[in-house]
Amino acid sequence: MTHGTTHGAAQRTAAAEPTAEQIGEHKIYRQMGLSDDEYALICRLLGRKPNYTETGVFSVMWSEHCAYKNSKPVLKKFPTTGPRVLVGPGEGAGVVDIGDGMGVCFKIESHNHPSAIEPYQGAATGVGGILRDIFSMGARPVALLNSLRFGTLDNPRARYLFENVVAGIAGYGNCVGIPTVGGEIMFDPSYEGNPLVNVMCVGLIDHDLIQKGRAEGVGNAVFYVGPATGRDGIHGATFASGELTAESESQRPAVQVGDPFMEKLVMEACLELIESGIVVGIQDMGAAGLTCSSSEMASKAGNGMELNLDLVPQREPDMTPYEMMLSESQERMLFVVRPEHEEQARAIFAKWGVPCVKVGRVTNDGRLKLFHRGELAADIPVSALVDNCPVYRREPKVPEYYVKNADVDTARYPEVTDLAGALEKVLGSPTVASKEWVYRQYDHTIRTETAVPPGSDAAVVAIRGTRKAVAMTLDGNGRYVYLDPETGGRIAVAEAARNVVCSGAEPLAVTDNLNFGNPEKPEMFWQLERASEGIADACRRLGTPVIGGNVSLYNESESGPIHPTPVIGMVGLVRDVDHITTQPFKREGDVVILLGETKAELGGSEFQHVIHGVTEGRPPHIDLDKEKALQDALLEAIRAGWIASAHDLSEGGLAVALAESCITGGLGAEVSLETDLRPDIALFSESQSRVIISVRPEHAGEVLRHFEAIGVPAARLGVVKGANLAVRAGGKPVIDVPVEKLTRVWKDAIPCRMR
Amino acid sequence: MRFAVIVFPGSNGDIDCYKAVEDAIGQPVDYVWHTATDLSEYDAILVPGGFSYGDYLRCGAIARFAPVMDAVRRAADEGKFVLGICNGFQVLTEARLLPGALIRNRTLKFICQLAEIRVENNRTPFTLDYEEGEVIRIPIAHGEGCYYCDEETLARLKAENRIMFRYVNENPNGSIDDIAGICNERGNVLGLMPHPERAVHRWLGSEDGRRMFTSLLRAYEARRREVTV
Repeated sequence: MTHGTTHGAAQRTAAAEPTAEQIGEHKIYRQMGLSDDEYALICRLLGRKPNYTETGVFSVMWSEHCAYKNSKPVLKKFPTTGPRVLVGPGEGAGVVDIGDGMGVCFKIESHNHPSAIEPYQGAATGVGGILRDIFSMGARPVALLNSLRFGTLDNPRARYLFENVVAGIAGYGNCVGIPTVGGEIMFDPSYEGNPLVNVMCVGLIDHDLIQKGRAEGVGNAVFYVGPATGRDGIHGATFASGELTAESESQRPAVQVGDPFMEKLVMEACLELIESGIVVGIQDMGAAGLTCSSSEMASKAGNGMELNLDLVPQREPDMTPYEMMLSESQERMLFVVRPEHEEQARAIFAKWGVPCVKVGRVTNDGRLKLFHRGELAADIPVSALVDNCPVYRREPKVPEYYVKNADVDTARYPEVTDLAGALEKVLGSPTVASKEWVYRQYDHTIRTETAVPPGSDAAVVAIRGTRKAVAMTLDGNGRYVYLDPETGGRIAVAEAARNVVCSGAEPLAVTDNLNFGNPEKPEMFWQLERASEGIADACRRLGTPVIGGNVSLYNESESGPIHPTPVIGMVGLVRDVDHITTQPFKREGDVVILLGETKAELGGSEFQHVIHGVTEGRPPHIDLDKEKALQDALLEAIRAGWIASAHDLSEGGLAVALAESCITGGLGAEVSLETDLRPDIALFSESQSRVIISVRPEHAGEVLRHFEAIGVPAARLGVVKGANLAVRAGGKPVIDVPVEKLTRVWKDAIPCRMR
Repeated sequence: MRFAVIVFPGSNGDIDCYKAVEDAIGQPVDYVWHTATDLSEYDAILVPGGFSYGDYLRCGAIARFAPVMDAVRRAADEGKFVLGICNGFQVLTEARLLPGALIRNRTLKFICQLAEIRVENNRTPFTLDYEEGEVIRIPIAHGEGCYYCDEETLARLKAENRIMFRYVNENPNGSIDDIAGICNERGNVLGLMPHPERAVHRWLGSEDGRRMFTSLLRAYEARRREVTV
């Protein structure tokens, strides 16, 4: 972590910059996040000592954020190919085929560190960045989702962060006019000092418009698009690659400020440019701004690039090459066109009122050359920046807590007998409670394609002019991953896929956001490595390759590391809009069926956290073969038209799933559990691979036989009936509560805490 | 009947308005850029939702000066139908085509939900196909939808039956007298915060917005019959 030095750097003028000699002698590179060994390697690669600008350029390109130097070995485990994959990892975003010449383009990105110190702008610019990743591929963004983690809401700082992160997402997404259709939020003390803000964007694209960020064609023109470059966000990528400390507040200048209006104009202009067919390559200026976009585009084409920094639009006077190259000013893009298309490109941006300036050209010498005021300010081999960053194989170590947890038997907790009271407590826990307070601040109806709005297992967006729709969800339970990273990683993928299937879609592919602690600590690296293995395994078994993602490490504050939290973004294809299925019970008399098997598994559960005040033991077990069988059988049943409602069992187990289907349907249910388990365990266990469905009575027999034939446990629990949720276990009544009362608890939980 | 959908920099409800005209009544519709100065070939002008010019300064305050607004004013003077939705409503009040102003929601938060509104006057080109007093469900999505005007204006709006829609059950934004939409003296310019263009398909949660478009078509055809007879 740097200590206030970047702020100092922002004030510095070229004349006052340390010389190459001083940088080496006083180890100034350390303040930029480079190690002694890395600096020595840079000197070797250049054959000389780097000047201040060059040191800065290396430091951001070699940050974890840009180079994945700590995570590359684990990312290699992920399956990334499949018959539907059109674009895999390595580009701005991945693309999967959905037939008829169309593709879905999607990606997730984190803005955790900026949001921890400047929640509104941190979250807002997170939305802006991921939108640019999608439209720079040539896709029109159609939906946004977000996955958020905060400390518990009794803490004023957590409330402040929650309130402003949500406002930032709303402020940006609403203005650009892309609906925010779904997501998930969890609250846990482990995120107290380090909230997580992960944003996913989904776009639709015609195959023939897919762009690659490649600076092809020696002599082609390099254009800078968007607002002027300022001194904001300098060293953002480096900042995001260190732990949060008490001094982090002083890093506020490293957080950028967003302008969603400009984003909207840049987006429309870029999409028009791409549709015109003249683009050779295009990439957004995200992390590490002009540095990353120029060197990556040159690298992918095996070319070099020359930039004249005097031509770069500048918001402030006397900006140095260092500042311009490291600025993360928002809403900027870089694109390459052939000389004969320059005027056509300029005309498109003029129409939209977006600045568009030719700043350089593609060269054949494989070097990134920066000119400033007539001088060569930097001269670096592109491959040194992009390919030569050292990759670290960190040493994993099994943490003590994991070993100790093996002895915890969660079935031995004293029995909870007031189950209605327990249900109300769990329903009223902000992690489980209705997120309406959040999503009613997001415009989720714009574009008029949102077939399933926020609040369901997965959101569904229709594709105009077809019978198809795209289902999308985000999932990741940090408690499970903390207790057993490998199992937790598997569950994250399985649950995302289950959510997609419950909405009537076939899971297609994954984008992942790996939010972990400091990988230089062996226990933290162990979490990262094991969880990635679990994710990779589940992605292979469920047939959903990883087509892109993001890594956010160093999520630690003075109160410790976060729970390791891989967030899985999953997209699925609904073949026909008639298959779209939602969680609310639909009508009196429908038969309620539980799919899957319930075991005594309270480790990492919301019940354990809320009622027993701990997170310990082992998380629920998952068998991916059973999971796959369940998902296939359910999708088949949905497509056969048998399923009135489907709801995945997750936090809060069966009790919460039943309550949610009742609440959202405005209907009661009478159910009876035939089980040997203690009622509190049967109701709140979070055993995996379970779904609650309701079907018309005339379909019940057929549906039960369908699942039995495939070997998926299916139990008739009862019927949709009356105004109460009435549950019997082992023949005895254990819960009988008006749905209206549960609704109030569930709906009021977050608004009451935020008042 | 030919529709124009005005596009300002930052408009984002333009596409939805365009689709709604196609889906609800299948009439010809064009996007018209904010720099256009001639709307003479259009029979109805839709001023869509969004964040025109980023809504910086004040919602609609900059859009009011766009070149196209003179043409919108002329169209209104000629008795053509002008419909301002959400940001379009804000633009029409800033342009003084409608009285009053829209200020921040009472909760100070953006609100996106299905709103229930009552049709208070069904004798205008926009509401012919609704029943008077009928409660319809139309989505809202705004941060500054709290309608405000002085008492004199409010009294006049009431006396002239120009309050076209009122929120029922819940007033989501704190607007005066529960106002969701108003029209001008002549009844050919309507501004409302709810989005009828987002309620044209049942699977979107409501199709109650469809009838605003069918009303316009019917009003247009009736008017044309009068002229030809």
